[in-house]
Order: sequence, then C-alpha cells, then structure tokens
Amino acid sequence: MESIDILKSQDHSSGRLLKDKLVLGAVIVLSLITISPIILIIWKLVVEGYRQISLDFLIENTPDTFEAMTAVANGELIPGGIANGIVGTLLMVILASALAIPIGILTGIYLYENQGSFMANITRDISDILQGVPSIVLGLISYLWIVKHITMGFSALAGSVSLAIMMLPMIVRSTEETLKMIPESLKEAALALGVPYHKVILRVLIPTGFSGLITGILLGISRILGETAPLMLTALGSSMINLDMTKPTSAIPLLIWEFYNDPNMVGLIWSSSLLLMAMILVLNLVSKQIVAKRR
Amino acid sequence: MTTNTIAEVKNPILSLNDLSIAYDKNYAVKNVSVEIKKNTVTAIMGPSGCGKSTLLRALNRMHELYENITTEGEALLNGKNIYEMPAIKLRRHMGMVFQRPNPFPTMSIYDNVIAGYKLNGIRTKKVERDEIVERSLRDVALWDEVKDSLFKKGTFLSGGQQQRLCIARALAFSPEVILMDEPTSALDPIATAKIEDLLVKLKEHYTIVLVTHNMSQAARISDYSLFMYLGELVEYGKTKNMFTNPIDPRTEEYLTGKFG
Amino acid sequence: MNSDKITKAVLFSVSILILLLAAGMLYSLVGGSLPAFKTFGLRFIISGEWDPTYGREKYGALPFIVGTLITSFAALLISLPLSFSTSLFLGEYFRGTRVARILGILVDLLAGIPSIVYGLWGFYVLRPLLIDLGFGGQGFGIFTASLILAIMIIPYATSLSNEIIGMVPNDLKEAAYSLGATRLEVITTVTIPAARSGIVAGYILSFGRALGETMAVTMLIGNTNLVPDSLFDTGNTMASVIANQFGEADGLKLSSLIAIGLLLFLMTGVINAIGKLIIKKMN
Ligand SMILES: Nc1ncnc2c1ncn2[C@@H]1O[C@H](COP(=O)(O)OP(=O)(O)O)[C@@H](O)[C@H]1O
Ligand SMILES: [Mg+2]
Repeated sequence: MESIDILKSQDHSSGRLLKDKLVLGAVIVLSLITISPIILIIWKLVVEGYRQISLDFLIENTPDTFEAMTAVANGELIPGGIANGIVGTLLMVILASALAIPIGILTGIYLYENQGSFMANITRDISDILQGVPSIVLGLISYLWIVKHITMGFSALAGSVSLAIMMLPMIVRSTEETLKMIPESLKEAALALGVPYHKVILRVLIPTGFSGLITGILLGISRILGETAPLMLTALGSSMINLDMTKPTSAIPLLIWEFYNDPNMVGLIWSSSLLLMAMILVLNLVSKQIVAKRR
Repeated sequence: MTTNTIAEVKNPILSLNDLSIAYDKNYAVKNVSVEIKKNTVTAIMGPSGCGKSTLLRALNRMHELYENITTEGEALLNGKNIYEMPAIKLRRHMGMVFQRPNPFPTMSIYDNVIAGYKLNGIRTKKVERDEIVERSLRDVALWDEVKDSLFKKGTFLSGGQQQRLCIARALAFSPEVILMDEPTSALDPIATAKIEDLLVKLKEHYTIVLVTHNMSQAARISDYSLFMYLGELVEYGKTKNMFTNPIDPRTEEYLTGKFG
Repeated sequence: MNSDKITKAVLFSVSILILLLAAGMLYSLVGGSLPAFKTFGLRFIISGEWDPTYGREKYGALPFIVGTLITSFAALLISLPLSFSTSLFLGEYFRGTRVARILGILVDLLAGIPSIVYGLWGFYVLRPLLIDLGFGGQGFGIFTASLILAIMIIPYATSLSNEIIGMVPNDLKEAAYSLGATRLEVITTVTIPAARSGIVAGYILSFGRALGETMAVTMLIGNTNLVPDSLFDTGNTMASVIANQFGEADGLKLSSLIAIGLLLFLMTGVINAIGKLIIKKMN
C-alpha cells in the first residue's frame, strides 16, 4: 500500500531515539540542579553553625553587642544563646495554634458537611485566597488591628495573630481533605444509631481523621516557624525572655535578622538558622511518618 | 506443558518460540510457542489473570513499559526477531486497540487518525494525509458518520464510534498485525456487533490477534483460538474444533463455564 | 434535635468568621491607605518618586510595582526549565520509583526552608559566587533576588505540575506508544497537551507566591527606591520596601506603605484567583 512506501522512505527512528535520550539526560541533570540548593544550604548551616550549638546556646539570652565584639576580637565563640528567641517562638506558635486550629478545624468540618452549597463554596474560595496573601501583608493587618488598637504597642499577641491568619487556611484545607477520605457510611452508621450531630463530629469524624488533622497542623506549624517579615511589624523583638503576650517578644527568625544586621553578632546567624531548620525538618519528617503510617 | 494441536501453520506471520515473560520473577507467560497465520482472526481466551494481556503486549513490546519485566525466548514477525529491532519501529507494523476507547482528547478526529504519522515525524503532503484519513475511516465504516465533522474533537463521538476511530488510528499505518485487548468489553451489544462485523472484513488485509473474555465472540469471529491458563498455553487450534471437541480437560471446563 | 441545630449554627458562624476576616483585612488596608491615596491620587501608582523629606514628602509606588513584577517574572523564567524537568522526572520518567520518592522529599524540604535562611545563603554563598563569575558590583540587585526567588518557587511549581502530569490517563500514553512514539514524543504530544492548563495554572500560582516573598528578596535586591533600568540594577519590591521602611514610618509614609500592602494584596489575590479558576475548570 502507498503509505508503507512513505514509511520506508522516512525512517527517522535513530534520530528520534537519540533526541529521546538527550532529553532524558537533560531532565536528569536539571532535576539534580533543582535539588542541589537544599543540600548546599543544609551543608552550609551545619558546617558554619554546629560549633556554636551547646546547652548555653539553648538556655541563655542573646549577648549584647559589646560582649560579642570582645569575644570575636579574642577569637572565642560568642557567649550566650538565643533562649529569648526560642521561648518567644514557642509562645507565639502556641498562641497562633490555639487561635487557628479550632477555627480551622470547625471551618473544615463546615465545608465537608456542606459540599456544594453556596456558602461553603464562597468560604472555600476565600480561604484559598487567604492562603495566597503574602505574610508581610498579614503583618500589616495585625499591626493595624492588634498593635494599634488592642495591645497599644508591639506584642507577642500581634505576632501570633499574623501567624494564626497564615496558618488558618492550611488547617481548613487539610481538615476538609482529610474528612473527604473518611467513608460516608461510617458517619451514616453513627447517625443511624441516633447519635447527636456534635457527638458524631467529636467521636467519629475527628478520631477517624485524627492523624490527617495532626499532619495538617504540623505542616502548618512548620510553615509559620520560620516566618520573619510579619513578626518584624508586630512582635518587634526583645533581648529578654518575655512571657507577657502584650509585650514585645523575640523569636528565632527575628534574632537571625538582628544578628545579620549587627556585624558583631554575625557569628550567631548560622547556629540560629541551623536550630530553626532542625525544628522544621523534624516537624516535616514526623508528619511524613504519620502520612506513611496511615497508608 | 503445551499441547499444541497445530504444530505448524502454513505461512505464519508471527511465530513465538518458548516465549516467557515475568514481572519481578513471577512468570505471567510461560514457554508459549505458537504460530499465527496471516489474514486470520486469532482469539486468546482464558480466565482473568492468566496472562492474555501480557502475551498480547509482548507482541508489540508494550510490556516493556513496565519496570522489572524480563522476557525470554523469541518472537518472529515474518521471520525477523522483534526483540532485535527498535521497539518504536516494530510498533508501526503492529497496530494496537485497547479495552477502553482512548482517542487523544486534545486532537480532532482527523488528527487522531493521522496521529501515528505526526508522532513518528513522517512528513506527508496534505493530499496524502486526506487520503490516509479517508481510507482508514472507510475501513472502519466511520467515514459516512464523521466526514462532516472531521475537525471536531474525537471525544464527542459515542463509545462505539470512538473505538472504531481508535481502530482507524491503528490502521492508518497499514500495519501487518492488529492487536486487540478486549476491544468490545466497554461497549454496548449493538456497537459490539458492528465491531465484530468489521473485524471479519478487516482480516482480508490484516492479521488480527484478539484477546477476549467473551467465548461466544471468539466462536463467532475467530478462525483460530488459543486457550491460556495460569500463564501456560493449554490448547491451540481451529476455533471450530476447539469449541466442538476440546482436547484438554481444562479447556473443556472453561468452555462449559465451570470456571473463569 | 436541638443540639444538632446548635452544632450547625456553631459551624456556620465559624465559617462566617473567615469571611469577616477577609472583609476586615480589605477594610483595614483600604482605611489605612486612604491618606496616601487622598494626597497623591493616581500619582501614587504611576509616580516613581519616593521622597520622605519632611515638608515635601512624595510617595509613588511605581519603582516597587515594577521591581516586584520584574523579579517575579525573571524568577518564573529561571525556575521554569528546572521545575518542569523535575516534574517530568517525578511524574513521568521515574514515576513510582525509589529515586523519585527521595527526590520528591528533597523538593518538599526546599519548600520548608524559611525565607530568611534563603536570604542568608543568598547573601553569603550566592552573592560572592556571582561576583566571582563577573556579574560586577556588590552582587546585589534584581538578578540576584530573582535567582534566589526562583529557587524558592521551584517546589510549588514542581509539585503542582507533577500532580497534574500524574493525572494524565495512562491509556492515552499507551495509545501513543503503540503507534511507535518515543517517550519524548508521548510527553510532547499527549502528556503536555492534556496537562497544559493545569501546568499553566501551577506556574501562575508560583508567580503569585513570588510576588509576596519578602526576606530573601529584601536581603539581596539592594534596596534602592528607583525604577530599575536593567536586570542587574538594584531595586526594591513592594514587599521588601515595606519590610525595610516600616520601622521608621508614621503618618503619610506609613499610609503609603499600607497602600503598597493593599496593592500587593490585590495583585496576589487576582493572580491566585486566576490560577485556582483554571484548575477548577479543569476538573
Ligand atoms: N504491571 C504488572 N506488574 C506485576 N504483575 C503484573 C503486571 N501486570 C500483570 N501482572 C500479573 O501478571 C499476570 C497476568 O496478567 P494479565 O496479562 O493482565 O492477565 P489477563 O489479561 O489474562 O487478565 C497476573 O497475575 C497479574 O497479576
Ligand atoms: Mg487483560
């Protein structure tokens, strides 16, 4: 047949196979380039930061510039630590979680229970849009709301509110996704037994989806842990441990920013970043582990 | 152990010699030796999981798309070992039709038919293309139904029409063999009957290897039948003989509906 | 029965809270930027002047709008070949293999690194490297910021397009293979056309992320308040100028920074809405 002749006269197979191999090679090389920063960055943090890490680093407050300068001049490690930052980070993360987790989970349940309704769709869309709002804008918002009107000054609460708004949409989404994976029959079985609706939520939905909810929460926390920009506009920082949520408070990323801007303290940036990164890595790995177990 | 009832056919287009295929050391096809005659419809039957699809896909080397596959033995197309030629070249000679109709959703009907040429970088003149498209669509009796909507998406056709479009796509290269893996199992009885009629006509120009679950389909349209069980070829012979007078007890049990 | 009603009411009012939150954010940003818009009008957006001298204060956001768009767009272009290759690696070439799993975890980790750590690495590793490579000056500027921004958005673009590529039905790819296509041809004629709108949406969403990234950009862009005249010029983005100037701001300047925040809020909102809409249409 005539088309066979066309086939015979146009056999490009060796060229096509070569091109196929070349592109595969390029894909592999480019993929390796893509992941190289993660390895280079962690390497840099470990190499530059491990020496400074000690018990003191975890339990002492930041040194003043003069102490740091003297130590650097004598070729010693900078004394002191970042306890004020660690405590501040924990305080604000706990406060932010306390605000975001209940609201987020309840909203997630609402979306799951009202699939397809107008209100649910709007709420989901708004929540998605909120997830895309840059964190610095959330800092501005919390500044306008909390710093200017509630605590009348920079405060841990203001920092927490900006972090909570950031975390909220992530919790909403992960809650809804988790609940969607629970078989409908489970819920119906409980309802058929005449169990009140709120008990179905508390005793059936939440326990069944528990590991999914925890995963979402851990990932949300790991995202807000390293946030710097919104805290610059809200929590400001403090050289002392502060537990009063109406007062300015430090945080690990805020300290990294301060150290970066103070030539005498620059020696502390890597160890602080290493600690921050380690916390984030642990949260990520734990949540991955939970996901793996669930399968 | 294979009990081939036909050791040799005259004029074989495909010959398999001791062909075995394993996924991760688990053999899905074991020592199959078969010769397939030109211009016939050969049906591959057997209970599900017995290796029918694996055997069929080994004929155009589609099985190599899976990881951890090992192939032993040989398969000859017109006397040439298919495992010694580039797979992409072999596949031009072996059209394939799948269980679910799968026209390319981003292409028009016309482009679907000519897709093989596009994919293989074969340059054709517009008149040649028009001719190939018309011939292929006429071959599957779809031309009259779609000639006014050639540039619409193929996904708007009915299931049976889509499957005929997929057959036309496979015919556009004028392949020597057409491999079909349960091509009517997703279709309604009317669409199935149309395709069965079509296959009987197509064997004048092509050789068809058809995996089917449906014994009456095999009885209606195939010339030769191959019965597989647990990866082994149990029986091979003229369809008429196998259905009236099966040799192996397992074949008989299967054909009488004792298992499957 | 009664308790069920209460439960429903609680769930409903909590979701209303989210809507109020969004509305309140818009309200406060608009309220905070009113002084700036009242004073400068449209000039706030089209003027390139940023002069905080008391008595003749003038604020125009143009340098930062331009800076934001250029850095984000350059970052998108730089990240494109990398993230696209990686999504093919994960979703097509090595799908379901151990290598792909490990690579996927590393890409996820890339998304977990805080902006400020990227900034440090950019400042102490990338910037000196660029100087050594002869890019000139101090190594600060739009280009350096775009590079680090590209690395930061790669994981988003990658995981979004990987997910979409993984959704392309296998039997379409098999049809193409059975016609003698090579893997590359299957990718270009079947996979990419079928996944196209989703991949585009993924890049739009990544662009949206780039618009609002703050710390790493602030540390590398050079912080000058002029409309940049080349890719290697220094500049500022909307986010970085807020981070930089907020500490010393009050009155009209604070209002101007809030106005920039409002513009950024709207820009990212629109970009995200477009991206999400495309994805929704696809399903
Ligand atoms: N991709 C695969 N990986 C591993 N095992 C497979 C794969 N595909 C098929 N098998 C196994 O090979 C055997 C034959 O499968 P198949 O050829 O699909 O059978 P049939 O088409 O007759 O139903 C089955 O046991 C099946 O589990
Ligand atoms: Mg099968």
